[in-house]
Amino acid sequence: MEVRIALDPFDPGAELSGFSAAGAGAVVSFTGVVRGDGGLSALEIEHYPGMTESAIAAMVEEARARFGLTAARVIHRHGRLDVGEPIMMVLAAAPHRRAAFEAAEFLMDYLKSRAPFWKKELGPGGETWVAARDEDEAALGRWGGAT
Amino acid sequence: MIEVLYFAWLRERAGTAREKVETQAPTVAALVEELRGRSEGHALALSDLRAVRVAVDQKLAAFDAPLVGAREVAFFPPMTGG
Repeated sequence: MEVRIALDPFDPGAELSGFSAAGAGAVVSFTGVVRGDGGLSALEIEHYPGMTESAIAAMVEEARARFGLTAARVIHRHGRLDVGEPIMMVLAAAPHRRAAFEAAEFLMDYLKSRAPFWKKELGPGGETWVAARDEDEAALGRWGGAT
Repeated sequence: MIEVLYFAWLRERAGTAREKVETQAPTVAALVEELRGRSEGHALALSDLRAVRVAVDQKLAAFDAPLVGAREVAFFPPMTGG
């Protein structure tokens, strides 16, 4: 189980091929990328050093216990990101595919609303803090709680 | 003495990322009341608590959470990770 908060870009392909999933029958990976919607030119991501790591580690541990993961890795960037750059990546390994898919979705849902990151969009209209979306909060209900 | 941290637009409005605060506030809500008096920026940052989340010693907490023994309190908007 590994959590990495990175200022520098990472290579999703290298992460996937270097992901040690011995004994697993299924590996699911998800990569989030900066969208170029509405003339967006870059994203500035702020986080809470210390809490970020511990909050994500707790989510990964919960996912491991709940879905029987044999390995997991979460990478999330902060700082300035250009359009097209990977923002974050979740890798989940489990004996069977359903558990691996569900664990990846569980981790994504919690990362969206419970990991202390804040995105600011830099675009033609200046700078705007991204507002949290109700549907992201509601997505946590699927996992039996919004805590 | 409590270390108070602000993130994202709360940091911008309060005009500071962190400050040490001498306080006897028994709860987060009582601390918020004291912080609002620090400056106009603080008052603006903490004007609508529906848009504010709080962590006590790096764990999400409610506004009625006690501050006994707390070393660090952070205020921030709803998180937008992923």
